[in-house]
Parts: sequence; structure tokens; C-alpha cells
Amino acid sequence: MTSAAWVERLHHRRQSVHQEIWDLLDEVKDPEIPVVSIWDLGILCDVTLESGQYLISITPTYSGCPAMDTIRADVSEALNKAGIQNVTVNMKLAPAWTTDSMSPLGRKQLLEYGIAPPENKVGGCALTPEQGIRCPRCGSEQTERISEFASTACKALFRCSNCLEPFDYFKQI
Amino acid sequence: MSEVTNNTAILKYTLRLADDSLILGHRLTEWTSHGPFLEEDIAMSNVALDYIGRARMYYGYAAELSGDGKTEDDFAFLRDEREFRNLLINELPRGDFAYSTVRQLFIDVFNSLYLPKLMQSNDETLAAIAAKGIKETRYHLRRSRDWTLRLGDGTAESHKRMQKAIDSLWGYTHELFELDELEQQLADQGVGVDSTALKAEWLATVESILSEATLTRPEDDWVVKGGRTGYHTENLGHLLTEMQFLHRSNPGCEW
Ligand SMILES: [Zn+2]
Repeated sequence: MTSAAWVERLHHRRQSVHQEIWDLLDEVKDPEIPVVSIWDLGILCDVTLESGQYLISITPTYSGCPAMDTIRADVSEALNKAGIQNVTVNMKLAPAWTTDSMSPLGRKQLLEYGIAPPENKVGGCALTPEQGIRCPRCGSEQTERISEFASTACKALFRCSNCLEPFDYFKQI
Repeated sequence: MSEVTNNTAILKYTLRLADDSLILGHRLTEWTSHGPFLEEDIAMSNVALDYIGRARMYYGYAAELSGDGKTEDDFAFLRDEREFRNLLINELPRGDFAYSTVRQLFIDVFNSLYLPKLMQSNDETLAAIAAKGIKETRYHLRRSRDWTLRLGDGTAESHKRMQKAIDSLWGYTHELFELDELEQQLADQGVGVDSTALKAEWLATVESILSEATLTRPEDDWVVKGGRTGYHTENLGHLLTEMQFLHRSNPGCEW
């Protein structure tokens, strides 16, 4: 599934002259979903070089995302390990993060991890439906929403009527 | 107007918005491990996090504007009661679940009208914080609306508690739509929001939800104000005592 926001990010990365930095940062995973990189989740926005200093811009998924401080530290660490010391990580607020900026790989990894990826209602900001989100475990669409908010603010909690397991759904915003 | 005085005005305005988010966020955290059941406990903690995250963005911007080395923590933890400028409705104790639900409904409807206006601010940072916040507010509002319908049109007991909460909170809602000289000036400049202009739509939305929930909108026969001038209810002092204790007794601590 491709969205405009994702295509734009990919294009931006390909145009960048700092390919080696982007590639190193592919190693930085989301602390709460350790199989998906911050690039694939859309948290990593930009890499620039200003007066000898690498400026890495990241954006929070939700305002209160408690993982941002860890991500900031992990970004510096990943680059330091590769011998790059001159690193500043800054928080970028605009444009606000959207699930549309996730990569197709990120969606696939979420699914394999047991989290239903956001369903793309293109152009809308549709809230989480009460049922019908595909179960990441058995693929059934006979599912119902138990709670609008799950283990973290970015997810909702569902239950599958087919395999009877509960699962997280990554909400669209 | 010089740029310096205008910066001060924006700083004061930003702190008001920050205080609103922090104090309400803190009240919501008081539900953590006290929710009526696990899912709802987690939901309220998540909503609390959204508010505290929003407060951090506002305080971070305020620190930038103040330009004197202050940090977000200085604003949150080292100011006294009279220096806080939050609207009173945010500081009232959490009460029972009905009370917290009604307060969230009133505030969520308000934010669903306020933030889209703030998104149009010609101050880029305030506009960006609002753009982030509105996405979360849509989820908050759906939740508080659903609960209002369920409890209002629920059992005799839940209906009674909801009506009681509405009656006790109504007098505090008027302050949401007050505009003092500072906010008027910033609204005129396209930086702040003219909240008086939101009242009619807020009332219409709230009334329609209440009536669907078989609840009654109270008369406008009492009004409490003071938050924006630093005159608080006794509750804020108690809240700050608890919230600021750790930071004040262990200055600069990290963990
Ligand atoms: Zn299933």
C-alpha cells in the first residue's frame, strides 16, 4: 500500500547526499516495536549537514509518545558507533506525523509482529472502526473493537471472534 | 508594538495553553490504576499522556521564547500556584467516573473547535502543536461522547451521577469563552484564538449530545472565574504539592 506521504519521504531520501547516514539509521528501531525501524515508521524525517554538524530530524507519533527520548539517544548512539560524533537530534513538529508516512515494509513488519497495520482510508482521518479490522493472527475480519486505546496511545485493542485472540491495531491518524 | 513586547505576550499565552494541558493531564493520570476496568484504565492513561505531551511541546516553546535558559521543567515544577494560568475547570478533583467523563466531554468539544483555529495561527510553532493535537482530540471526543451516551442513557444511578456532574461543572465552562486584553490582542494579530466566537457552536454540540444522552443542560445561574489571572480554587495547591514534590526535593534529578 503506498500513500503520497510515503512516496514523498522516499523521494526525499533518495535525493539526499547523505546516503550513508540514512543507511546507518536504518538500524535504529522503535523501542516499543523493536522489529520496525524509525525510518519505516515515518519517525525519521531528515538528515542535513550544517557547519560540520549532522542534524537528524525526528517527529513524534503522538504528542505524549514516551519513546522519543530513547529514540533520540539511540540515533546518536548508532551514529557514534560508526565513528560519527558530530550529531544533533532535533524534534520536528510540522508537518504532524501521519500513519500515511509508514513504509510498505513497516506495515508488513507490524503485521508479522502481531499488530494490525493502519487501514488506509485515503484522504480521510477516519477514526477506528468498531469491527472488521483484519486479525493479524488468522486473517479473519470477524473482529470487534474492545478499546479505543490499547497498550500505547497509537494503538486500539481488538478481539478476534474466529481465533478468539486479542490484538493491537495501529490506529490511523 | 515592538517585537519584544509581542514575544512576551506570546510567551504568556503559550504558558496558559501549557498549564491547561498539564493540569488536566495530571488529573487524568490520577485514574491510572483506579479506572473502572482495565481497558478504560489504559484509555485514560493514554489520554493523559496526550495532554502531558502537548504540555511539554508548549512549555518547550515557552522556554525558547523566554530565552533566559529556563527549561520546560522550570515552568512545570518551579512555579507556584498563583503563577499558574490554567482555566479552573482543569484543576477540579477527578471526582467519580461520571464527573471525569463530563469534564472530558466539555473540554474535548472545546478543543475540537479551538485547535482547528489555532492551526491557522501565524505563529508556526503554535500552529504545529495544534495540528498535532487535533488528531488526538478527535479520538478523545469520540470516547467521551460514547461514555456520555452510555452513562446518561444507562441505569438510574449512572444517569443521576452524570446529571449531578453536569450541574456541578456547568458554572466553570463560561471561563472557556472569556477573552482578556492579552488574548484579544493576540487574536487580533492572528496569533491566538478568539474563543468567544466558539461559544455558540460549543453550546449547540454539547446540548445535542446531552439531549441524546437524556441529560439536561443546566441554567446559566452561576459562574466561577479566575484561572487566567492566577486566582485558583483550593484544589490547585494540593495538586501542585503532589506533582512538584519530587522535583523540588531532588532538584535536577534524572532517572
Ligand atoms: Zn484471529
